[in-house]
Amino acid sequence: MRSIYISFISEFYKSRKTLAFWAAILIPVAICSLVSFGFYSGADKVLLLKAPGMMLWAKYAGATLNVMGILVMPFYVMFMAFSVNNIEHKNDTWKTLFAQPLNKFSIYTAKYLFAVTLIFICLFLFATLTYGFGHLLQVLVPKYTFNQYNPANFLINSYSKLFLSSLGILSLQFIFSLIWGDFLKPIGIGFVGTIMGIVAGMVNWTYAYLIPYSLPALALQLTQVKKGKDPLDFEIFTREIWVSLAYAAVLFIAGYFIVTKKSIK
Amino acid sequence: MSNYAIETVGLNFNFGNQAIVKDLSLKVPKGSIYGFLGPNGAGKTTTIKILLNLLKSPADQVFIFGKEINSNRIATLKRIGALVEQPAIYGHLSGKENLINRCILLGIKKTKADEMLALVGLTDAANKKASKYSLGMKQRLGIALALVSDPELLLLDEPTNGLDPNGIIEVRNLMIELATKHHKTILVSSHLLAEIERTATHVGIINKGQLMFQGTIDELQLLSKPMVEIEVDEIEKAIDFLKAAGYEIASKTDLKITVPFSSSVDSGKLNTLLIQNGFTISSLSKQRKDLENLFLDITKNN
Repeated sequence: MRSIYISFISEFYKSRKTLAFWAAILIPVAICSLVSFGFYSGADKVLLLKAPGMMLWAKYAGATLNVMGILVMPFYVMFMAFSVNNIEHKNDTWKTLFAQPLNKFSIYTAKYLFAVTLIFICLFLFATLTYGFGHLLQVLVPKYTFNQYNPANFLINSYSKLFLSSLGILSLQFIFSLIWGDFLKPIGIGFVGTIMGIVAGMVNWTYAYLIPYSLPALALQLTQVKKGKDPLDFEIFTREIWVSLAYAAVLFIAGYFIVTKKSIK
Repeated sequence: MSNYAIETVGLNFNFGNQAIVKDLSLKVPKGSIYGFLGPNGAGKTTTIKILLNLLKSPADQVFIFGKEINSNRIATLKRIGALVEQPAIYGHLSGKENLINRCILLGIKKTKADEMLALVGLTDAANKKASKYSLGMKQRLGIALALVSDPELLLLDEPTNGLDPNGIIEVRNLMIELATKHHKTILVSSHLLAEIERTATHVGIINKGQLMFQGTIDELQLLSKPMVEIEVDEIEKAIDFLKAAGYEIASKTDLKITVPFSSSVDSGKLNTLLIQNGFTISSLSKQRKDLENLFLDITKNN
């Protein structure tokens, strides 16, 4: 455990000045600010809808969630998986890293956990900023009905789903980035995978849930389809999430064997 | 307890079908500066990577401080500092940050970073991005990184690569200081014998994955027996005369005769003897086959 902790701290220390690290903070700030600005400047049009609190929150949070779920999230995850490994490829530091008196599994796990943490931070910020900016909009535009509904559960559930459903992609891309030092191969494969995922999701292919890349979009789609007492109060652990977690676990272990077999030539 | 910091026993290593290291039995005594010599592509870097367990050796062939490396990987690596090929440095971090990162990984005090920077003369460039460093500065930072854990054994793969003459002298003096004052064992690889000759106490010469020579630097020098070269008139007559007098003729040219050197007194006697018998000697000198040639001979004969 100590060596995982040490390696994790080192990952943070190494990355704290890189774009990959700051992207986790800048992306949510940028997207949430843009959407909120849209709701502020276009308040007249939104008010015409006369949406009750719940609908207004769904519309406001959905604007960010949909962009995230379908496009940004898969690419962001690919970029994270790439950056965490690329820092070693680029500087030719794999050999030094594995010559340290640390367990190889710890080094690998720490890298993986660091990528997971960055994604978590990113999504956590999305949820908090959406919540915060929503209430800020209420103050700025008093006619809004944001104060009629508490979106906490809805935001926590959606972003938890998005987070969990992206872990499958992360593990897969993590392996690609371990094997290949260049940008094009992992991102290229990821790009094709994402397009496939979007198409499979859009045509409602029965087995779309088996493609890791379509899982974030699918996980969110269900939130729109499912009807209940409160349409925004849905369960987190649906089939997509379990598939994503299964992919994540299997590929994480496979990745470790790739790391141990990785010859440091 | 083993007296060797590094001992390999009939080490073999292949990349696919290609044998890179063949039956290599290194013996690096504790406290020595072991010059690991060989031409490019001889298997030096591969051997160093095996010693760091970056490449997995067969069981019971590699022992560091008497312990088998595969079954004692972490404990062994704690005692080793290494610089393999080009120094592995994070270009986007400063020199100091690179050292601090290593301190984090090794669980040692971050103040060690400043000490190391001072040791390798990089204090002034501590906060400069490492990607902006010159090759020599990178090399020195690489050595600092290898030294930060205060290891007992240092593996330095061509540490003077790309350094200017001043830098080479600095690294050389640093190695001597580390071995003599701090009692560290250093294995330093190079393809330049002249470089090793100045620092090493022990030498191993490797070519095409095989160890061609291993011993102290004095033993290596003994291999090149000194000769006396005599430039004399009437050369055939002189040869016959010397043979009759019981001398062994090592070689001859149209102008010179070469006989084995035994001592300065003997060389003087030989001179007197020839002159007394009517020969004219225009020069007489002691010759030593220099190590550079010896090295070439050893590596060519394979």
